[in-house]
Amino acid sequence: MATPSIASGVAGPTAESVFGPARRRIGEKAIAFALFCAAATSVVITVGIVVSLTGETLAFFADDAVTASGFLTDGQWTPLFSDPQFGIRPLVQGTLIISGIALIVAIPLGIGTAAFLSEYASPRVRKAVKPTLELLAGVPTVVFGYFALTFFTPSVLQGFLGMDVSVFNGLAGGIIVGVLIVPTVASVAEDAMSAVPQSLREGAYGLGASRRQVTVRVVVPAALSGITAGVVLGASRAVGETMVVLIAAGQVPTTSLDPRNPMETMTAFIGATGKGDVPTGSTGYKAIFAVGFALFLMTLILNMISIRFVRRYRQVYE
Amino acid sequence: MSDDELTPASTLREVSDSDSSSSEPRDEPGLPAVPGEVPAVPAGQPHAPVPVVAHADVIDDAIDNPVFITEKLSVSYGTAPAVLDVSLRVPEKQITAFIGPSGCGKSTIIRCFNRMNDLIPGAHVEGTVRYHGVDLYGSDIDSVQVRKRIGMVFQKPNPFPKSIYDNIAFGPKVLGMKGSMDQIVEEALRRASLWDDVKDRLKDNAFGMSGGQQQRLCIARALATNPDVLLMDEPCSALDPISTGRIEDLMHELKETVSIVIVTHNMQQAARVSDRTAFFIVDMGSSEEARIGRLVEYGPTDRIFTNPHDIRTEEYVSGKFG
Ligand SMILES: Nc1ncnc2c1ncn2[C@@H]1O[C@H](COP(=O)(O)OP(=O)(O)OP(=O)(O)O)[C@@H](O)[C@H]1O
Ligand SMILES: [Mg+2]
Repeated sequence: MATPSIASGVAGPTAESVFGPARRRIGEKAIAFALFCAAATSVVITVGIVVSLTGETLAFFADDAVTASGFLTDGQWTPLFSDPQFGIRPLVQGTLIISGIALIVAIPLGIGTAAFLSEYASPRVRKAVKPTLELLAGVPTVVFGYFALTFFTPSVLQGFLGMDVSVFNGLAGGIIVGVLIVPTVASVAEDAMSAVPQSLREGAYGLGASRRQVTVRVVVPAALSGITAGVVLGASRAVGETMVVLIAAGQVPTTSLDPRNPMETMTAFIGATGKGDVPTGSTGYKAIFAVGFALFLMTLILNMISIRFVRRYRQVYE
Repeated sequence: MSDDELTPASTLREVSDSDSSSSEPRDEPGLPAVPGEVPAVPAGQPHAPVPVVAHADVIDDAIDNPVFITEKLSVSYGTAPAVLDVSLRVPEKQITAFIGPSGCGKSTIIRCFNRMNDLIPGAHVEGTVRYHGVDLYGSDIDSVQVRKRIGMVFQKPNPFPKSIYDNIAFGPKVLGMKGSMDQIVEEALRRASLWDDVKDRLKDNAFGMSGGQQQRLCIARALATNPDVLLMDEPCSALDPISTGRIEDLMHELKETVSIVIVTHNMQQAARVSDRTAFFIVDMGSSEEARIGRLVEYGPTDRIFTNPHDIRTEEYVSGKFG
C-alpha cells in the first residue's frame, strides 16, 4: 500500500498513487487496430476503384477514335460498330429519363410511406410495415427486372392500361426502378420525420391542428432536409441501378425522349458490354470505363448532396 | 359546447369555504375505504390527515362558474394507473395551480383538459371531464375541436422552426380564421407583451429569440386563436427569474379574458399567481411500480398555503418534503 505522499511530504502524488496501477493496454490497442483495418477497407477499395477507372478513362480519351468534345456532345453511341461513335448523350439521357420516372414514382410513394409510418401508424402497424419495407429492399434487383419484363410491361402497361409500348421500354424500367427505391426514400425520410421533436407536434396539436395539418405543416417542413436527403439517395440508387434497366428497358441508345421506346442507360451499357465479347484493350472496352467514370461522378455528386442535407437536419435537432 | 348545456349547479354539492368549521374533510359514504386508513377525521383537528381517497369536492367545492369539472378522473398508461379519482372544479377567468411532487400526475391531469393524452398510445382516461358542462370525452366530441378552444403552453418553449410571424399565424391559419392576419399576429403579440420586442423582426426565425421570448411567443401563439382556456405545464421551469416574472405578470393580465390552469414545481409561483391551488401526491402503493397520483387537497391558494387541512399539504407547502 502506497502511503499518501502529500501527507508524508516525501514526493508529490503520482498517477499510480492517485489512480492505482496502470492497466495493461495491449488488448485495447489490438482491438483499435483491427477496427481501423475494417474501416480502412472501404477507403482503400474506393481509392482503388477511382484509380482503375481513371486509368482506363484516360486511355479511352487518348484513343484516336475519341474526342472529348464528341464524347460530351455527339448524339450517337455505337462503340461496337465498325465505324464507332462515342457520344455519351443517349446513355446519359436514358439514365436521366428512367431515373426521372423512377423518382416520379418513388417520391410520393416513399414520402407517403414515411409519413404514414411516422405520423399515422399505430406502433403495431408500424411493426408490421417496416419489416415488409425492408423485405422489399432485400429483393434482388434481377427479380424486379424480370417482373418488369414478363409481368409489368405485358400485363399492366400493354394489357391493363392498353398502352402502345415496346416489349423493352423505358417506362416499365423507370416505374419498377421507382418501386425499387421506395424503401430507400421511405426509410431515410421516416428517420428524419421521427427525429422531429415530439414537442413540435404537441405544439401544433395543442393549437387545434389535425393530424394531416401537423404532418404537412409542421413535420414535413421540419424534416425537409432529411426528406430531401432520402430523395437524393434514392435518385443516386436509381442512376446506378443496372439489372432492371438492362432486362426491361432494352439496349438501344437513343436520343428519343419517348419512354415507350426501348432505351439504354449508362449502367445497362456497362453491364451488357462488360459481359459481352468486347476484346480487352479495344476502344469499346475502354469506353466501359469512361462511362463508368461519368456514372461514378454523377452518383458521387448526388451522394454528397444527400450527406449535406442529412447533416443539416441532424444539426437542427440534436 | 354551448353554455346552455351547463350542468345544473344543483347536481353538485356546494360547500362554502368561508364556512371553515364545515370545510373539514369528511368522508363520503360511497367512497371506498382504504384498509388501515382512518375513515373520518374528527372535527377540531385541522391538520389531521384525510384519507388518501378524499375527493376535492369534499374538501373544497365553492365554485359556481366552473370551466372544468372533473369527476373521479383516472388516467392509466397501459395497464398501470397513473392518477386516480381526481374530482375538482376549475373556476372561470381565474388561475388554478396544480402543485405536488414529481410523478404525481399533474401533467397527466392537465393534459386531460385538452385531450392531449389522446396522442399517447396506451393512455386511458376514466371518469368525466366536463367543459362548460359538456363531457369532453363524449363520443360526439372531436379532440381537434377541443384543442381549438383550449390552448396549451408547454414546459420547454417549442416554437416551430419558422419565422416569428408564421409561428403566430399557424393557429389562425389552421382554424381558417377570417380577418387580417397581420392584425391577428400583432394583437396576439401585444397580448403576450412581446410586440415591442419583436415588431421589427417578425420575419426572423423564432429560434433566434431568447428562451423567455420563445416562451412568450408560444403563449402568443396559443392566444392567437382566442382560446377560452390556457393550460400551462410548468411554463417557467426553463426560464430565468426575470423572464419568469414577466410571464407571471402576463398571466395576471390574461386572467381578464381566459381561464388559466398552471402546473408548477415552484411553490412561490403558485402562491404568487394562482387563485386556487390543487395539491397532488404520489401514493406509494404496495410495490415500486404502483405509484399512483392522487389529489389531496384543493382550495383557495391563500388557504392552502396558510391553513392547509391536510398534514401532507402543510408539509409540502412548508418545504418539508417533495
Ligand atoms: N407517456 C407516458 N407513458 C407512461 N407513463 C407515463 C407517461 N407520462 C407519464 N407517465 C407516468 O404517469 C405518472 C404521472 O406522470 P406526470 O408526468 O403526469 O407527473 P407530473 O406530476 O407532471 O410530474 P413532473 O412534476 O415530474 O412533471 C408518472 O408515474 C409517470 O411515470
Ligand atoms: Mg409534468
